[in-house]
Amino acid sequence: MQVILLRRTMGFVLTLIAVSVIVFAVMNVLPGDPAITILGIDSTEDARAALRAELGLDRPVWLRYLDWVWHAAQGDFGTSYFFRVPVTELITERLPLTLSLALAGMTVTVVVGITLGMIAAARHGTFGDWAIMLFSQMGIAVPAFWLSILLVLLFAVGLRWLPPGGFPGWDEPLLAARSLILPTTALALVQSAVLARVTRSSALEVMRLDFVRTARATGLSRWRVLRRHILPNALVPIVTIVGMQVAAVVTGTIVIENVFYLPGLGRLIFQSIANRDLFTVQALVVLFAAIVVTANFLVDIAYVLIDPRLKGRMT
Amino acid sequence: MTTLRSASRQTRRTRTARTATLATTFATVLSALALTSPALAETKLRIGLQQEPTVLDPTSDATASIDSMLTHNVFESLTTVDESGAVLPNLASDWTISEDGLTYTFTLVEGATFHDGTAFDAEDVKFTFERAMAEGSTNPSKSIFEPIESVTVIDPKTIEFKLNRKDAFFLFNVAQGDASIIAPESVEANATKPVGTGPFMFDSWTRGDRLTLAKYADYRDAADVKIDKVEFRFISDPAAATAALMSEELDAFPGFPAPELMTQFEADPRFKTVVGSTNGEVILALNNSKPPFNDLKARQALSHAIDRAEIIDGAMYGMAVPIGSFYPPHAPDYIDLTGLYPHDSAKAKQMFEEAGVTEELTLRVPPFPYATRSGEIVQAELAKAGIKVKLENVEWGFWIDEVYKKKNYDMTIIAHTAPNDLSNFARGPKYFYGYQSDDFDALWNKIKTESDTAARAELTKQAQTYLAENAVHGFLFQLPQLSVYRNGVDGFWAASPVLFQPLAGVTIQ
Repeated sequence: MQVILLRRTMGFVLTLIAVSVIVFAVMNVLPGDPAITILGIDSTEDARAALRAELGLDRPVWLRYLDWVWHAAQGDFGTSYFFRVPVTELITERLPLTLSLALAGMTVTVVVGITLGMIAAARHGTFGDWAIMLFSQMGIAVPAFWLSILLVLLFAVGLRWLPPGGFPGWDEPLLAARSLILPTTALALVQSAVLARVTRSSALEVMRLDFVRTARATGLSRWRVLRRHILPNALVPIVTIVGMQVAAVVTGTIVIENVFYLPGLGRLIFQSIANRDLFTVQALVVLFAAIVVTANFLVDIAYVLIDPRLKGRMT
Repeated sequence: MTTLRSASRQTRRTRTARTATLATTFATVLSALALTSPALAETKLRIGLQQEPTVLDPTSDATASIDSMLTHNVFESLTTVDESGAVLPNLASDWTISEDGLTYTFTLVEGATFHDGTAFDAEDVKFTFERAMAEGSTNPSKSIFEPIESVTVIDPKTIEFKLNRKDAFFLFNVAQGDASIIAPESVEANATKPVGTGPFMFDSWTRGDRLTLAKYADYRDAADVKIDKVEFRFISDPAAATAALMSEELDAFPGFPAPELMTQFEADPRFKTVVGSTNGEVILALNNSKPPFNDLKARQALSHAIDRAEIIDGAMYGMAVPIGSFYPPHAPDYIDLTGLYPHDSAKAKQMFEEAGVTEELTLRVPPFPYATRSGEIVQAELAKAGIKVKLENVEWGFWIDEVYKKKNYDMTIIAHTAPNDLSNFARGPKYFYGYQSDDFDALWNKIKTESDTAARAELTKQAQTYLAENAVHGFLFQLPQLSVYRNGVDGFWAASPVLFQPLAGVTIQ
């Protein structure tokens, strides 16, 4: 296990270095000019030159990259060209919202997705199964941003139950939670639809096996068999999908935060890429990559926990 | 919620008998709330904005929303302008101009203080201007400071500017956000915590969400300010902006981003809508530096090919005024030149043939709704005139690099929002127009130094005619300012002659 951890950590660091090189290169190759974006198209050439010098944009790319790595290694991720504050400050003030949204989204996805999938499998071929599959089919077909607009029209504009967007801040936890209900729903609905399908087909697969019939024959109730025997055996494909969905939910926050005008990282990365705000994009992409790599790592560990037979194959 | 609930519980307890109906309880609560609310009431104005700035200092960043929130609200300048664009006193209460038009002496107002408590005097003015004029200055409108030779403090309430040439726009230019008066004590922090002398103080900024201002109690004319708090909410998505207005989360949305959604608010009695003008001339810019549009005939053919009415209907839902040259229709010296090259596809086709234009042309449009929508219509109109157009929707960074810096384009669509921007045509062949005309340069030199209003009006008209006759670009329409207000909100400007919007005069019921 220690060998695995060490290899994983090295892979993690190498991935992040590769990501940072790619982002730096791409941001420099992409057409654009922060000085003109900041000063506008009516600014004079000498003001732009002065700003480029002030931001350090007049130095060669490789030198700027090494400089960034040197400072990043010491925990300083640079100062945003556009916001003029340290990138770490921009990220720490917005991270709690995006993390809460992503965590809430994942929790709802897992609970709703697996529950519906198991119900559909247990009621295979009945009206309940049909209804859940219809919901799932619609969930997969509907884009999250469109669903968001429909939710806002119904619950905010029409019924006035929930706010149409915005975030009141963490000082008022109840209002904050209230303002995350619609975004979480929009974020989780599509993913739980996907998960419900996978859970259903995986569970149906297991149901056909002999040990299920044996379990039933020993007199266990249907629900007990479903929970204790079918679900654990159906988990491997489910966990694989959940791992992929972590990435989908984290990146999904970009769209959701724009539609619900929430001050999170998704909106920040959207704005920063358009502006060519190199250090902000760099730090955010590395952070997102770290989240996805960590999620994959946790999935691998989960495999071993679910299915001890896989332990030998992990090294 | 909790206060309402405990209030109703109390009301119930005070009654000896429990016979009170729900209705009377409710009415009691409502009247209690109504009685207490005026005392607690704080007039708060909630404004929606599409664009969020990344810093809050108008002297270091050209983002228009900095000006629309802070200029002449938090910051003030020596002069200001009214809704018609006429210059008025502000931090300068009065001024005199020397005979030769080269020396301006300003008398400064009494009683102005910065929000951090420091006094305002002539030294702050000198600091502001010398900082903007300096060698390494990154002021986005550095060119407006170029005519200034020196700034001298005569006494704490008097300051003298010497110019190196006459500048007809000097008093107008010093009213802008780029010339906001700042103090040396607070200049460093202005990017995140702006300090000015205006009627509102910066209160807080949650990046990505909202920015709030609070009334400055020590403002010299504090009695004229009717609002206690202003809250700007940043909502870029048009559908989200509509939802926020409809659910009454906002009181005003000046610069509403979607013309197609305006009818929805027009029909709703809770709102009023205003279609005003801006300084933004929307042009189908032509690359004058290379074929085919270095040829007057090809440019004239293009002018005949475009149908402004169709573009305005299709792209702006009819809510814009057509232009025939490069000058805003609401301005006093405007002349209507839209009839110079009437729409005529057959004639355009013939002229394109005579000019030998057969190749496919590229139209690269930046990601602004007015541009992308107009682009598709222009493409169809040019097809009718026998010209095949490759329409490319490009990102803003790409536009800046490829179109603006490298002039790698045939046509593009862009709005120029700066005031007095006839000067664009005198920026020489390096500017992205690729346009150079000695006649126009001479004309612009006369305009910018002519101090006689009537003579300058005459020259401005000549310049408009010159640009229209030479068909330098396809002149399309004036960018409208679409606004939605909740009923009871008054005092916003309908037209935007400048980028700022003073809020001191706004009232809310």
